[in-house]
Amino acid sequence: MKAKTILALALCSIGVAGCATRPSDSEAERAVAEMIKTSFKTRGQATVDRLSQDDAQALCSLYRDQPPTGFAGKIEQSQTATIRYPSSGKLMGDWREGERIAQSGVGKQFTDAPTRPAGGGCYNCHQLSKQELSFGTIGPSLYQFGKLRGSSEAIQKYAYGKIYNAEAFSACSNMPRFGRNGVLTEEQITHLVALLLDPESPVNK
Amino acid sequence: MRIQCVLAGLLAVMLPCFAPAQQDTLKEIERYRLLLQESNPAELYEARGEELWKTRRGPKNASLERCDLGLWPGVVKGAYVRLPRYFADTDRVQDLESRLVTCIVTLQGFTPEEARRKAFSGTGAPMITTDPFSGVGQPSVMTDLVAWIASESRGMTIAPSASHPKEHLAYQAGEKLFYYRAGPYDFGCVSCHGEEGKRIRLQNLPKMTNAKDAQRAFGTWPAYRVSEGELRSMQWRMWECIRQMRFPELEFASDASIALITYLAKKAEGGTFEAPAIKR
Repeated sequence: MKAKTILALALCSIGVAGCATRPSDSEAERAVAEMIKTSFKTRGQATVDRLSQDDAQALCSLYRDQPPTGFAGKIEQSQTATIRYPSSGKLMGDWREGERIAQSGVGKQFTDAPTRPAGGGCYNCHQLSKQELSFGTIGPSLYQFGKLRGSSEAIQKYAYGKIYNAEAFSACSNMPRFGRNGVLTEEQITHLVALLLDPESPVNK
Repeated sequence: MRIQCVLAGLLAVMLPCFAPAQQDTLKEIERYRLLLQESNPAELYEARGEELWKTRRGPKNASLERCDLGLWPGVVKGAYVRLPRYFADTDRVQDLESRLVTCIVTLQGFTPEEARRKAFSGTGAPMITTDPFSGVGQPSVMTDLVAWIASESRGMTIAPSASHPKEHLAYQAGEKLFYYRAGPYDFGCVSCHGEEGKRIRLQNLPKMTNAKDAQRAFGTWPAYRVSEGELRSMQWRMWECIRQMRFPELEFASDASIALITYLAKKAEGGTFEAPAIKR
């Protein structure tokens, strides 16, 4: 609701779509709001409050993942502020752990045990190691990610931040905000950073 | 595959062997899919469904032979490809499965609860006894009926009705739901079905705003899924995608499910209906 109000105000102030929406469109919006309330039910860990959107989700839905430049910048700014780096300062974990996390697609479904840690499901969308032929293509190939970029502190920070909150770098990215949304722990993310950057990782072989 | 890869690598001295290996894998999967077409267990479901349509059941001891699927009471031939559509008696847009709930309640006298649950029984996907879908060894009345009714539209052109304002509204709502991103993974339907030629692992994904992709997707459900050993309906397809999106459970035959199916049917307009199909 809060996001909707902000949206309406923002739209009016910069005149993106004008203040008047077509009646049919607002009727459809009301219908959707009603469906969100009545067509879903809590099951296991997947509670109905998962359907209420934060500002980024609401804006990306409204603009069908292609927000105008001004909004994209605002989303990226607000999402950058959410990133928390490990208090230890250590951003590179163990690439072997990272490979296991990248392979696992479980987590947060109502059929998953809530006590079981979520995986990253990285291979669902990305090519990573050369050995794994079963990879998806929704995201870019990350094969040789570290070999091409090195593993300087700046690169480590970038990789960690990107996994923590992809929308800090690319508004309305398809990639889940793994850290910000509490899907992966800070430690799990450091293992994924190692998978991407460690020279010994199969990603860089 | 890997051995070939290593050998090729040795012979060609560091020649990148990745791409050919994967193309082989994809070709094999495509070959497997073609092989599957030769014999489809969906026929068993279709036969049971036809029988069930004609069988007297429920407190009213009536068959479904007077059920109006949109063309005329009792007309099944070609009904599926004209759905979802608006029905005056319920004042709702309904897909096949929600319409069957209506008929099971009004003609046979089951309660809506029974029509959604007990009448369909089964363990369902993946584990809960109250799910409206069939499970291994537990056939579902709903699934059988859907299989037969869909088969009676095989080879026909997908042409959902779109003249009533509520049909238009359902389409618009379905479109908004398609782009609705939420939950711990920030997913919406669009996350996987918004771009052309993408995959999850090795599974190809249809871009639902692309007519050709939507026609193939809509035109091949319901389908017998070899990996589950079950026939699955369009309601199940929505339910399962929503589960994987980490959303709460999509209610069977709910307005949101019907709106999404209405949106997809319209996107698939003009395509040929080829279901019940068989899938991996």
